[in-house]
Amino acid sequence: MVDLLNMSYDTQIPNNVGLSADKKVLKALEKWHPGYINWWNDLIPEKFQKSMIYLRTAVSVDPKGWAKFDYVKMPEYRWGILLAPGVEDRLIPCGEHKGEPAWQEVPGEYRNLLKPLIVIQGDTEPASVEQQRFLGMTAPSLYDMRNLFQVNVEEGRHLWAMVYLLQKYFGRDGREEADDLLLRSSGSEEAPRLLGAFNEETPDWLSFFMFTYFTDRDGKMQLESLAQSGFDPLSRSCRFMLTEEAHHMFVGETGVGRTIERTCQAMNEAGIADPYDTGKIRDLGVIDLPTIQKKLNLHYTLSLDLFGQEVSTNAANAFNAGIKGRYLEPRIDDDHQLRNDTYRVWGIVDGKLIQHEVPALTEINMRLRDDYTRDAAGGVGRWNRIIEKAGLEFEMKLPHECFNRKIGVFAGHDFDPEGNLLSGAEYEAGLPTWLPTHADGDFIQSLMRPVSEPGQFAGWISPPKVGIDNKPGDFEYAKLHMA
Amino acid sequence: MTAPTKQHLIDPEICIRCHTCEMTCNLGAITHDDNNVVVDAAKCEFCLDCIPVCPTGSIDEWRVVAQPHSLEEQFGWDELPAPEQVAAGGETATEIEAYDEAMAVLLEEAHKGGGGKPVAPASAAKPAINLYNAGRPAEATVQGSFRLSGEDSDTDLRHIILNFAALPFPVLEGQSIGIITPGTDENGKPHLPRLYSVSSPRDGERPNFNNLSLTVKREPYGVCSNFLCDLKKGDRVQVTGPFGATFLMPDDPQARLLMICTGTGSAPFRAFTMRRLRSGGGHSGPMTLFFGARSPDSLPYFGPLRKVPDNVLKKHLVFSRVPATPKEFVQDRMMAERTEVAGFISDPNTHIYICGLRGMEQGVERAFTGIAQGIGIEWLALRTTMREEGRYHVETY
Repeated sequence: MVDLLNMSYDTQIPNNVGLSADKKVLKALEKWHPGYINWWNDLIPEKFQKSMIYLRTAVSVDPKGWAKFDYVKMPEYRWGILLAPGVEDRLIPCGEHKGEPAWQEVPGEYRNLLKPLIVIQGDTEPASVEQQRFLGMTAPSLYDMRNLFQVNVEEGRHLWAMVYLLQKYFGRDGREEADDLLLRSSGSEEAPRLLGAFNEETPDWLSFFMFTYFTDRDGKMQLESLAQSGFDPLSRSCRFMLTEEAHHMFVGETGVGRTIERTCQAMNEAGIADPYDTGKIRDLGVIDLPTIQKKLNLHYTLSLDLFGQEVSTNAANAFNAGIKGRYLEPRIDDDHQLRNDTYRVWGIVDGKLIQHEVPALTEINMRLRDDYTRDAAGGVGRWNRIIEKAGLEFEMKLPHECFNRKIGVFAGHDFDPEGNLLSGAEYEAGLPTWLPTHADGDFIQSLMRPVSEPGQFAGWISPPKVGIDNKPGDFEYAKLHMA
Repeated sequence: MTAPTKQHLIDPEICIRCHTCEMTCNLGAITHDDNNVVVDAAKCEFCLDCIPVCPTGSIDEWRVVAQPHSLEEQFGWDELPAPEQVAAGGETATEIEAYDEAMAVLLEEAHKGGGGKPVAPASAAKPAINLYNAGRPAEATVQGSFRLSGEDSDTDLRHIILNFAALPFPVLEGQSIGIITPGTDENGKPHLPRLYSVSSPRDGERPNFNNLSLTVKREPYGVCSNFLCDLKKGDRVQVTGPFGATFLMPDDPQARLLMICTGTGSAPFRAFTMRRLRSGGGHSGPMTLFFGARSPDSLPYFGPLRKVPDNVLKKHLVFSRVPATPKEFVQDRMMAERTEVAGFISDPNTHIYICGLRGMEQGVERAFTGIAQGIGIEWLALRTTMREEGRYHVETY
């Protein structure tokens, strides 16, 4: 157990922010830390808390120091506070302060704009751990279990990163916000997490893979935009978080890919060529491709909603103020202030989808969402290559962005995944073929049986091509505590 | 024939195009198109900064090629091409101990006593190989040189610490480095590097100071050992390597290690022990050391070694030249402690390491054969199994 009373913060919390010399933050953190440990201990089943998990820990931000692999009990994980190295003479990259030196302290006039951005980012981190809390029980292998816990501890570290910013730069308000991050809880009636998608439980492993692929990718895009912030400590925090976020993308992309691969393999072994021969395919104990497509439709569209309203004055203000940039801001070829630029977006005119030009400044969210869609499409292409290689005829597709939307211009309209506007009856009739049904969920749930022999995998998923940290196939990624 | 070169590649089937490597590379050696992320062979200097940041492992691909694959070629790949056969030994890139042919031959010779092709422990970390060669050596500064042997001893044993400052030089316990003696040999050619086993753990003699230590014995007329032993603090040394991809320790903390050495053959075992101590020694599987020397004052690290707690490392220190005491060699002590040794060899969690002068091999083999026989095990068959499972390792010279 972590010895909270005799904690040497400089040795037990890897940090590059001079923690031990910063008495004020240290005091705030010392008060906050026990609550965090309680949160973690209440959340993760005890059996796993006592197990030795082969995890990666960041102990410094240089390439040699940030990925130390070793067995660790999760409550003893060394959650650190690490900021990417500062860029000398960094300038604010966008908005009306473009070209001025980046802020090292919170600019007073933007305090109220900046704090919610950090709080929302911070709120999603523990939320996803809460959503995934029961998955350890049904892990299809020790390898996957280890990946789940790696994602979890890193979300925990990302929470630390945001808490540090709140406590260091936002005084008493910030400390209260930091405490509230531990009070809210995913799916709670009285104190839910701030964003809708983070209050849904992650019921099974395919959902987890889809979540890490699609929803964590929204996180990645948000971090990319915050990494462009003129508020330098936020920029540096997010830049370092992005290196870890890449692991989450990896878990999602390969998880879905391995599920598809196993299905194709089982179909070929059984001589089934028709991907829609659902009953027979499910009898093989694998998830049929159309159901995987339905899960994709669901998670992709839920994640699109996370980008908020297409037209957003908040986003415009944040960009203008220079506290949040765009994806790969320095590589965009414009004035980085968007004084006269326009951006092409979808709208609905007389019940028809129409693309039209609008001022780019109010369409910051939209642009990020488009960047997101392009980024998400890459992995879908690689999944299709697996199907193609297996010689089967089926293509995974991202649905049209108007399908199944609850936020933005498409909300309240019934579109099919191709983008055709439908009547209510047509939509209801098509729904079971586009989105997962209860029966689909039950079927997937029936496959979720834990496998805990090293090197063994549940029948619905293929082993990975490469082990974590180059470990061999039968490496024991988790030494389970047997009570 | 063109000399084969090492090329760093990314496996397009495994890469998820997160571009983290590209953002990390300070040399701009990594680039991408719509299809693939690739490494430019002309720019990559094997600094390995991109390896830990890759979430997938796709970036840890190394091929020995006659002609480096161009960027265009790599952009077009859906999967990696099959590895080319390497001239020496015909092994594929995954098991190469050194890319320098001379160094590879030296290591092959040193590992001969294992009785077959050496295999790395299954849970060993992946070593970096041959980042520096004689044509492009790394420069280290001597941070200290300390005499290990007693003042009256006629043996000059030294603990030498080399610092690489900002230069990346990642080593794993059990790996060796090449030391280049300045000047030329009697034929007017530059001296070939001599191999020395690293005696510090992977995070350095002092953690995170990017240094390592060697354990060197001054040999009469030994060109390189005399050069090393004469070095003063602040002197510069040309270094090649790291070398060795099989004589490595298992990362599995439950693995039990039986280590047998003489003299400076203790270097890798000092590294193993320090690694275990630094990564929470009390929780790992037991280690036992049989260590032979002439006398206590010629046994490297005699003092510090005795301070290592027994629950981390059990020590059998054996001396062959102590006045008024019968000669004792490591094999004698192994026979005397046959119950303990038998416990090790009958446990599938055991890894055996032998390191020291070639002459020790025979006696140790005899001891193993006898002890195995006593518990109804045929030693040669067991040895083969253990070697093939990466659990039996010999490095003698």
